[in-house]
Amino acid sequence: MRTLVLTLILIVFSVISLFVGVADITVADILQWDAEKMSLITISRIPRTVALILAGVGMSISGVIMQQMTQNKFVSPTTAGTLEAAKMGLLIFLIFVPTAGSGLRMLSAFLFTFAASLIFLGIVRKIRYRNVVFVPLVGLMFGGIIGSISTFFAVRLNIVQDTNAWMMGDFSGILQGRYELIYLSLPAIAITYLYANKFTVIGMGEDFSRNLGLNYKAIMNVGLFCVSLTVSSVVITAGAIPFLGLIVPNVVSLMFGDNLKKTLPLVALSGAIFLLVCDIVGRIVIYPYEIPIGVTVSIIGAVIFLILILRKR
Amino acid sequence: MKGIKKNLVIASLLVFALAALFLFYKMGSNWEFALRLRGVKVAAILVVSCCVAYSSVAFQTLTNNRILTPSIMGFESVYLLLQTVIVFIYGDQTFKVLNSLDNFLLSVVCMIGFAFLLYILIYKKGKDNLYLLLLVGIILGTLFNSLSSFMQLLIDPNDYFIVQGKMFATFNKINRDLLWPSALLMAALLVFGFRLTKYLDVLALGRDQAINLGVNYNRVVKIFLVIIAVLVSVSTALVGPITFLGLLVTNLTYELFKTHKHKVIIAACCLVTAITLLSGQFVMERVLSLSIPVSAIINLIGGLYFMYLLLRVRKL
Repeated sequence: MRTLVLTLILIVFSVISLFVGVADITVADILQWDAEKMSLITISRIPRTVALILAGVGMSISGVIMQQMTQNKFVSPTTAGTLEAAKMGLLIFLIFVPTAGSGLRMLSAFLFTFAASLIFLGIVRKIRYRNVVFVPLVGLMFGGIIGSISTFFAVRLNIVQDTNAWMMGDFSGILQGRYELIYLSLPAIAITYLYANKFTVIGMGEDFSRNLGLNYKAIMNVGLFCVSLTVSSVVITAGAIPFLGLIVPNVVSLMFGDNLKKTLPLVALSGAIFLLVCDIVGRIVIYPYEIPIGVTVSIIGAVIFLILILRKR
Repeated sequence: MKGIKKNLVIASLLVFALAALFLFYKMGSNWEFALRLRGVKVAAILVVSCCVAYSSVAFQTLTNNRILTPSIMGFESVYLLLQTVIVFIYGDQTFKVLNSLDNFLLSVVCMIGFAFLLYILIYKKGKDNLYLLLLVGIILGTLFNSLSSFMQLLIDPNDYFIVQGKMFATFNKINRDLLWPSALLMAALLVFGFRLTKYLDVLALGRDQAINLGVNYNRVVKIFLVIIAVLVSVSTALVGPITFLGLLVTNLTYELFKTHKHKVIIAACCLVTAITLLSGQFVMERVLSLSIPVSAIINLIGGLYFMYLLLRVRKL
């Protein structure tokens, strides 16, 4: 039932997203099959909407997996250095192999995010008995350090402003032929859904899951793989989208509990809706110009997150 | 205790020697000019060292760990956002419109104002969890960072270099007018703060122990938070952000001086920071003649050291 309602909302916003933009397209144009406007839709509007949905689903689901793996509600790609690692992967590859295509760059981003997530998990293991808020603090420090290493190289090459531009989450540059890498997050999302029950168990701790006969290490590796694949594919197509993986899972779990098999579709749908709404807002506010989605998500996300933590405890 | 005293003496001598080396190395014929230029740098380094040392040591004791630094609370994001907004509005006219003293005072006021808002927000709500305070600070910091990077996208690439110059701390373009106010502020706070170090010794035992021993925990923590906020603001507004310097020097100090007496540790940390900055600046500027700001290097080294700490230490 809830899934159905959310799906309907998602469809409504997707349709709105198709019709918001500088070029004026109406439903009549589609019915009359206006060639020029149809090509606009297939080259720009549909890819953008699809990318938004996939990024929203991918980032929020990555957040869920990371929270289960670390048993901490405040962990997400933003608060674990994952986004910074992806940026470093892109930057390093750009410096040493400037001519490489986007596939190779994505591979490099994937490897860096995977390594960073591994290190972060190692760190979290060491601080298990601390305050819950301490883990994301360390994660943010960790991200800051990865960032400072990339910045060092960026300063030397005088590309600080450009790297900032790539990393700013922004869907305005998404066109047919330039966004397909984001489909790589689909298998990761599918795997997550298949393994949902196992991720639920993992969230109860290592001893408990071993006791239930789970191959703890293997599941952790599957989780790491999914997160790294999703995050790197989103970062390379659209840039960093902060807070999404943090807020959506938390709001959903506050409202519907923690049984992932049931809540995972809700998380995915709400993530996509949230991102679509943020993007539409960004497209309308200073029309005909655009505010990058990184900014709208940050503002809306930070406010929601602050309300969450200040109210909950 | 004897070894510690010896180390303290050695460290102070080292600071003097490095400062002298920095001042007099290859002076050239126009010594008056060179001395004035270098004197400003050395003085700035000393002021920043004391600010960073006291604030980092106190902060780590308050939060009961060795891997955080006060600048993560969002001070630097406030500073960068302010600088970005100024350049965004005035473009290449920035230097005409706003002289460096006004900019300095504005930055200090903004950062301290931010810290106070943060403290009031958390403590008004009756939530005296220090980690929560930090988390809220960081979240606001992330928000400010996205706002500044959005504005940085729109800034003319030529004007952007003004912002980029502010993103990294350097000791190369310090205005002499700023030295006096910041040194005075720093000295006043240090005199005040140094008398409170006895509380830090007790706070280091942990919250419950401290309360048990009769410390008015919340009040003392608030006082220290205010001191830390002002010190970090002064140092950031004077030279710019050096995020991981505090992390590097506190850990070095604890390695070199095996004591937990805060009087000793803070004094030693000031010296260690001064040695780090003086030698770093000397090597970068005179030996390698590199144009990379010293803070980029320090952040790099501090960052790698942090990773080493995280991977080596068994329990955090």
